[in-house]
Amino acid sequence: MSYATQKLAEEKVFKDPVHRYIHVRDQVIWDLVNSKEFQRLRRIKQLGTSYLVFHGAEHSRFSHSLGVYEIVRRISDDVFHGRPEWDESERLTVLCAALLHDLGHGPFSHSFEKVFNVDHEEFTRAILTGDTEVNGILSKVSADFPAHVAEVIAKTYSNKQVVSLISSQIDADRMDYLQRDAYYTGVSYGHFDMERILRVMRPLDDQVVIKSSGMHAVEDYIMSRYQMYWQVYFHPVARSAEVILRKILQRAKELSESGYEFQQPPTHFLAFFDRSFTLADYLALDEGVLMTYFQLWINERDPVLADLCDRFVNRRLFQYVDFDPGTDYKKLGELSALFKKAGIDPEYYLIDDSTSDLPYDFYRPGEEEERLPIQLLMPNGDIKELSRLSQIVDAISGKRRTDYKLYFPAELLIDGKKKAIKQQILEMLREGGI
Amino acid sequence: MLQEHARIVDFIATAEGVTGRKKLQKMVYIMKKLNVPFKEKYEFHIYGPYSEELTARIEELCDMGFLSESLEDKGSYVQYKYAVTDEGMEFCNAVGASIPKNPEAAALLNAKSARFLELASTLLYFGHLERGKQIAKLHSVKGKLNFTETEVEEAYRFLDELEQLKLS
Repeated sequence: MSYATQKLAEEKVFKDPVHRYIHVRDQVIWDLVNSKEFQRLRRIKQLGTSYLVFHGAEHSRFSHSLGVYEIVRRISDDVFHGRPEWDESERLTVLCAALLHDLGHGPFSHSFEKVFNVDHEEFTRAILTGDTEVNGILSKVSADFPAHVAEVIAKTYSNKQVVSLISSQIDADRMDYLQRDAYYTGVSYGHFDMERILRVMRPLDDQVVIKSSGMHAVEDYIMSRYQMYWQVYFHPVARSAEVILRKILQRAKELSESGYEFQQPPTHFLAFFDRSFTLADYLALDEGVLMTYFQLWINERDPVLADLCDRFVNRRLFQYVDFDPGTDYKKLGELSALFKKAGIDPEYYLIDDSTSDLPYDFYRPGEEEERLPIQLLMPNGDIKELSRLSQIVDAISGKRRTDYKLYFPAELLIDGKKKAIKQQILEMLREGGI
Repeated sequence: MLQEHARIVDFIATAEGVTGRKKLQKMVYIMKKLNVPFKEKYEFHIYGPYSEELTARIEELCDMGFLSESLEDKGSYVQYKYAVTDEGMEFCNAVGASIPKNPEAAALLNAKSARFLELASTLLYFGHLERGKQIAKLHSVKGKLNFTETEVEEAYRFLDELEQLKLS
């Protein structure tokens, strides 16, 4: 028996609060789960800073990755199995891609990527195809297997049905994270009838479509997605923590480049400051490492770095006000000047933030040949785009996309010197001046 | 602050407007790959490199009144046309210059069809591969578009020409 088809002597199961059980029979999958690069995902939270708002949201990218694998396994082994439109030889490829799709995520991924201008998808590809345990396991299947798995995750694989299962407007990734994030945050949104959706998924030509009889289950999924975005993913307080995190990394980089002598040198970050990093440098990071630095930097001599770290570790977050850049951008310049006069660096303490910077997208049917919409398979074989048949989806598709906030440290504006200027700032911020 | 928005406005102003969402996506991607400091994150989608962040930013800029969006009827289909408004120019000037001005590059890109830019941007996306593999990958992911050898050669020439302009 080849390694690709080798089965475990006994099925392994992971108890899971979302899918009840996650089943593993393939030796390849079991070996991948036990690789050190996959185990690293236990130390990276799925929702980044959201645990500072929803205290239950401590779940990891490890559990999400297993969840995506389980959904794809059910589709491949139960729903698509035996259908002539589905190529059974793709089974192991799609299972591995599902399990490994988030492998390149780093600690507090979103902020880290923004500050250091790196891309987790490139790290995913590097882990799959580089000198790693994961690559060693995949290469035992065949020499070109690591590249195939990487192509599925990068969405450049030739079989678009395989890509669609991992990444499309209704894919296993979203179906898992919506349910998992709802469970761990404790919110009542995010739930939908996944079993029903899986039962009505069909492989067809270059895509995966949904039988029209399952339209209402898909409506529920789209509504869940919409509600989770606004209630959880775009939560203004979690964004406040994200803003501070970004500024900590930016400050540490700036200090390092200016020759500042750290009491606790940023050893793990140096290669990212000067962009000389290797894959090994990246894999050495996790959220435990970053949090350790943040705790130690609370005692740094630089007041800005010390303050920002204290804010993040001890949850002294920035306050916020709504901000309309279309009309308020000029006032932002005035505010920035007032912050400087008050002795508060606006680069670190006056920050505008937009939901469009977050890695979540809305369902949009009307793209001009850009993204494939959700297609319904009608009883007569015709294909129709979801929002053309569903009034609910049509009503919320691509609507109210952006929320702007302006973040600032309220308590710094109340105490201390230069009260008159600070009072002027507070009036601008709080009395409709901005 | 708002620098990323200003860069987009600045680019569309330099290009004297852009017709077609797909075209705009590919124009920004190609500029970014040639080291113009756009920050929008791109992923590969069915029609090539695509940035959800750029789509969202364009919508925001239209909502703010800094870009105008109009529909052009092309007979069998419609296209979105984007232009910078007076308010958009004022915003751009207030926020500060953002990208190196290069009207020649913007005009070169704007003169090409969306199909051609899809081809060129896809080749760039596979830029980490050797040229033969780039072309093989192009045909693998975009087999239905039947790009000819001549078109592929022209795309490489076009990218070389852009690179000579030293955009960054």
